[in-house]
Amino acid sequence: MARTTFEEISAADFFYRNRDIAGFTNPTRAIFAAVRELVENSLDAAESLKVPPDIYVRLSYANETDKETNVFRLMIKDNGIGVPPRHIPSAFGQVLYGSKYKPKQQRGTFGLGGKMAILYGQITTHQPARIISSTGMSKIYSYKLRIDIQRNRPLILDRKVLINKERWRGTIVEFSLEGDYSRAMPKILEYFKQTAMVNPYANLTFVDPKGRLYKFARATEEMPDPPKETLPHPYGVDVELLQRLIHVTTFRNMSDFLKNHFHRIGEITARKFLEFSNISPSKNPKRLSHEEVVRLMRMLKEFREFLPPNASCLSPLGEKLLKTGISKELEPEFIAVHQRRPSTYAGHPFIVEMAIAYGGEIPRKGSFLIYRFANRIPLLYDEASDVSTIVMNSMNWRRYKVTPDMPIAIATHICSTKIPYKTVGKEFIADRPEVRREIANGLREVARRLQRFLTRREHVSRDRKRLDIFSKYLPKIAEFSTQLAGKEKNPDIKKLLRSVKRFGT
Amino acid sequence: MERSKHKSIMIERKKEVIASLENLGLQIYEQIDDGYFPSIEMPSRSTENIRYDPQVRQYILGDRKVRRHTRNIRHIRPFTQLVWTALFSRELTSHRKTSTLRDVYYSAQAYEMKFTDQQESNNIITDLETVLGLSREDFNIFPEERSAVFGDLTIEYTVPGYEGKTLNLTSHPDGVMIGPALTSSEFVSTTADKVIAIEKGGLFTRFVEENVHKKFNSLLVLTAGQAPRATRHFIRRLSRELDIPVYIFTDGDPWGMHIAMVIISGSANAAHLRELTTPDAIWSGVWATDIVDYKLPTDPLDEVDVKRLYELQRDPRYKDPLWQREIKTFLKIRKKAEQEAFSRYGLTYIVDEYLPTKLEETK
Repeated sequence: MARTTFEEISAADFFYRNRDIAGFTNPTRAIFAAVRELVENSLDAAESLKVPPDIYVRLSYANETDKETNVFRLMIKDNGIGVPPRHIPSAFGQVLYGSKYKPKQQRGTFGLGGKMAILYGQITTHQPARIISSTGMSKIYSYKLRIDIQRNRPLILDRKVLINKERWRGTIVEFSLEGDYSRAMPKILEYFKQTAMVNPYANLTFVDPKGRLYKFARATEEMPDPPKETLPHPYGVDVELLQRLIHVTTFRNMSDFLKNHFHRIGEITARKFLEFSNISPSKNPKRLSHEEVVRLMRMLKEFREFLPPNASCLSPLGEKLLKTGISKELEPEFIAVHQRRPSTYAGHPFIVEMAIAYGGEIPRKGSFLIYRFANRIPLLYDEASDVSTIVMNSMNWRRYKVTPDMPIAIATHICSTKIPYKTVGKEFIADRPEVRREIANGLREVARRLQRFLTRREHVSRDRKRLDIFSKYLPKIAEFSTQLAGKEKNPDIKKLLRSVKRFGT
Repeated sequence: MERSKHKSIMIERKKEVIASLENLGLQIYEQIDDGYFPSIEMPSRSTENIRYDPQVRQYILGDRKVRRHTRNIRHIRPFTQLVWTALFSRELTSHRKTSTLRDVYYSAQAYEMKFTDQQESNNIITDLETVLGLSREDFNIFPEERSAVFGDLTIEYTVPGYEGKTLNLTSHPDGVMIGPALTSSEFVSTTADKVIAIEKGGLFTRFVEENVHKKFNSLLVLTAGQAPRATRHFIRRLSRELDIPVYIFTDGDPWGMHIAMVIISGSANAAHLRELTTPDAIWSGVWATDIVDYKLPTDPLDEVDVKRLYELQRDPRYKDPLWQREIKTFLKIRKKAEQEAFSRYGLTYIVDEYLPTKLEETK
């Protein structure tokens, strides 16, 4: 969509001028965003093969420009699907080129994150990027390239083909960029930790400019089912999309057009809808006037009989994996996870997954730790504005025997073909009633389980205390009464103590 | 007066005390041995179960019972403390040693039986009194003493190390402290024909200086405020064993009246005990009517005094016309006077004029 709108100036040029949109606001954010975008591309690349990701990230000093802002060399290596050689230059040297424009759940959001990082590096350091990739076949391709910003085209400076004896598969991206690592460090480390939480099947290794190694080892080889591509759901379409579909369609009547380009429209639904919207089933979609297209869009939204989108295009983490991830990174004493049933907002399917973790290594800090994830990406900024925070703050925690001073962490994972971000910064989720309700219900469910755990633990500790009291006093009573009665031997209290254990529970 | 009789009573009583303590131990021992959580039943000391018995002229406990059960988590600790206190008391009694309430509190710590405070330990001792129907003095636990006696009475000690030694209670002008040694002594001989109990130390000293014991042929007892139980028991013994009347002089206010009443009829707190009262003792003053008759210097009654008077007015122990009349008079004149108020007529006036008049009047 954006592609067609901005064809007049180069897309690369546009993003060069508006790099804030992609998160490259300042040297601190830029270095964080570069790491993040490339890690996410690598995760996607491995997951699309259903291979547990192995990702190695190295950030090193290139040379010092001034005290605060340094030039760094960023290298990231993955074991993902690899890029076919003919696509390499465009995939890394042409903004808005890629495979992420279909309605299925993706990490990348614009399909420009990785290229934006390279573009930013080029702008700040005037150095070319090096891309090495192999799909695991006999050859490895190595490119040195630069982006021609005005024309949005890759400039290939060097190309090598190597023999892939070991059948290595994956991609290595290496380039220079300006950034402020010392400021970005806490966020980068937090990013890795939280990424490890929602990707428990990934090995993440990070070597920072000071040579420190951070390793987040996988806890499982199990991976969630990859999302399936789906057609757009009629509730979610806009005029632009309709016009594009009309442009490309090969179907000559409305009935076939609807049946073949939309999710949840079959023979009967198509007929009903066309009756409802008073459109002739035999009308050629290519003959629709602009006004008719607008009306069609409205009718699609008004018609009540479309089934909600099914969630096969979503790839939630699943309760088991979410539990594994949070357990490995937070080491809590107790954890409850819950996956909500699929729901929709504005025609977009989404699934909410919630987790609550208590005790163990979770610190007490007077408020809960909140972890927010969208499509398995951690959201690290603007926590206070997020719908999860709003829901948490409006919960009546006392009902669940929970107080803010308890060591509690709460994680929200929402996955959707279109995450309802509030702003272009894509750091927090908008307060949509459908989303809010799902988060609230999910949170109540895990909170109830936490309450049961806390109550049971309280019972156990009360029983233990009871037993302690009986074990302390019964022997004394036995001893004193023996002496008082002038008897030789204390009476046996074992039987009494055994019965305390029984009636305590 | 029969010395040997009292002596044998004392010995018998100690035997009984030890026997009932041991019996308590046996009862608990057998319950555990039979595989039960031991429990003890005792009369309830809650206010609903305390009533005044006009026959015995004191408060007594009703029929309601409570059970301390070791199966109850809230009972097991006090129960253990009770058994320990019984054991401690048995040791004291059989070794003829005495101990104070404070001692009990500290001794418990050696057995990892720490009482949280003195009050807790006092409550346990009261429990033991209730269970056994004996007073703590019977098992040789005494409060800190502050009351005294003076006058011509010769006693013979029974406490270890002093057995057979005698003492005349005029031998020390400050009086002799009414402690364990005195309360357990036997009365040998006396020339006194009455007991005068006095609330305040100042007046007690004045009476000794003015030879009241000689002039009025009397034994003087200082109650030092509300009479401790040992003193109440001692006054009862003087009254019973010497067969002489007891006259009580207190301040002229509701609190003074009640000091006299507790000596006569006992307190609700000691409803589980007997033999602390002296029902025939007489309150001789200072009455409300004395305040009027003798034109004594006074203070106005304050709010709590008045409130207390209304309480006493409804109290069954005060149903006698004399008491009712005095309460009414206090409420009418709204004044009170201390015993020392007689000093306005000179230091000896109370002994020369007031005392003989009142003794005659209340005879």
